[in-house]
Amino acid sequence: MALSREQVAMRVAQELKDGYYVNLGIGIPTLVANYVPAGIEVMLQSENGLLGMGPYPTDAEVDADMINAGKETVTAIKGAAIFSSAESFAMIRGGHVDLTVLGAFEVDQNGNIASWMIPGKLVKGMGGAMDLVAGAQNIVVTMTHADKYGSSKLLDSCTLPLTGMGCVKKIVTDLAVLEVKDGAFHLLERAPGISVEEIQQKTAGTLIINGDIPEMRF
Amino acid sequence: MAGFNKVVSSYDEAMAGLENGMTVIAGGFGLCGIPEGLIAQIKTMGTRDLTVVSNNCGVDGFGLGVLLEDRQIKKMVASYVGENALFEKQLLSGELEVELTPQGTLAEKIRAGGAGIPAFFTATGYGTPVAEGKETREINGRNYVLEPAITGDFAIVRAWKADRYGNLVFRHTAMNFNPMVATAGKITVAEVEEIVEPGELEPSQIHTPGIYVQRVIKGNFEKRIERRMVRQGEGA
Repeated sequence: MALSREQVAMRVAQELKDGYYVNLGIGIPTLVANYVPAGIEVMLQSENGLLGMGPYPTDAEVDADMINAGKETVTAIKGAAIFSSAESFAMIRGGHVDLTVLGAFEVDQNGNIASWMIPGKLVKGMGGAMDLVAGAQNIVVTMTHADKYGSSKLLDSCTLPLTGMGCVKKIVTDLAVLEVKDGAFHLLERAPGISVEEIQQKTAGTLIINGDIPEMRF
Repeated sequence: MAGFNKVVSSYDEAMAGLENGMTVIAGGFGLCGIPEGLIAQIKTMGTRDLTVVSNNCGVDGFGLGVLLEDRQIKKMVASYVGENALFEKQLLSGELEVELTPQGTLAEKIRAGGAGIPAFFTATGYGTPVAEGKETREINGRNYVLEPAITGDFAIVRAWKADRYGNLVFRHTAMNFNPMVATAGKITVAEVEEIVEPGELEPSQIHTPGIYVQRVIKGNFEKRIERRMVRQGEGA
């Protein structure tokens, strides 16, 4: 079975390490905050200027001046810091954020990512995504392995305008965990019950399969 | 002493000198931390052909979105503009020009503008449509894009507290772009929730020193929430 959105988030959460500063994008990446492994502490960075993002507020805590990068009302944990957008992107661009998790339309075997623009459709903007992919030490992309028509989103070369070049190192899809290196996708794990053949069939770019590929564990 | 009394008592005074064709940089992230009354004043004045620089362009009927209603904005420089139908309509019809800029690059362009730095190199956007037509350079094995700074004829910000010297303190994440924006205007106008006596703001806790601010006005803010999300209270 292909993974649910929650299961993809659970698998990404295994990439978190104690003491990490992490920026989570909108969508599945946001869900990762719900599955931080027991016994480790991570600090969530929200690029509008908050380090130490907490959960949504209770009704009584709602404050129009406390929002996250998705413009949702949010809280700050004890020990949080709030700062300007310039300071926030100094952290991001300067490589101080340990891990960024974001979605994408396409990723290719050279680590290029396209996530913000489909020509012919209305372009809303890249927000902070280009800065995040250029700056983070580690980038994990979450997406479905293929689009709704069955076409692969893991390509030899992105067809859409890029968000960043050569920056993606790891991908967690609904079918597999892959590493991007040396101009190829390397299959690390497969979703429970998903065959290597199916992953191969849905990966348009070069896929390296080394030995037995274990199933993901949750 | 009047030279350092930057407090004005009317929105007419606050935005006096704004003319057609000028560039206005506005603080705020979505609807959070926007100078609501100063935006309303620009609408009242009917100033046209403006270039507006801000992370977003408000929503239909609120924030910078109200300036679209009478087509006062000629060009918008922003990182994300997807929240209003009128924006989309004017963009598609060609009435409105938009320059999409990565959020961190936008923040740094404004910071650089206020700090007297004409341009800077950043890796953000290299190899993407953002870099098209721009100078690039390889430095220590990595490729960078040269991004020019931004300054404005007017900069409009919202702060929490100010004194008559123009010293500003921002509240929570309503800070966002406001500190950089405050540095980058020939005339910077701060609309604030509260004006306090000099000395009440702890000098080392001031976010924007008054040297950057020419006018201060006390505002009344609706503080509209764009996406109200709540969790159930503990024990509920």
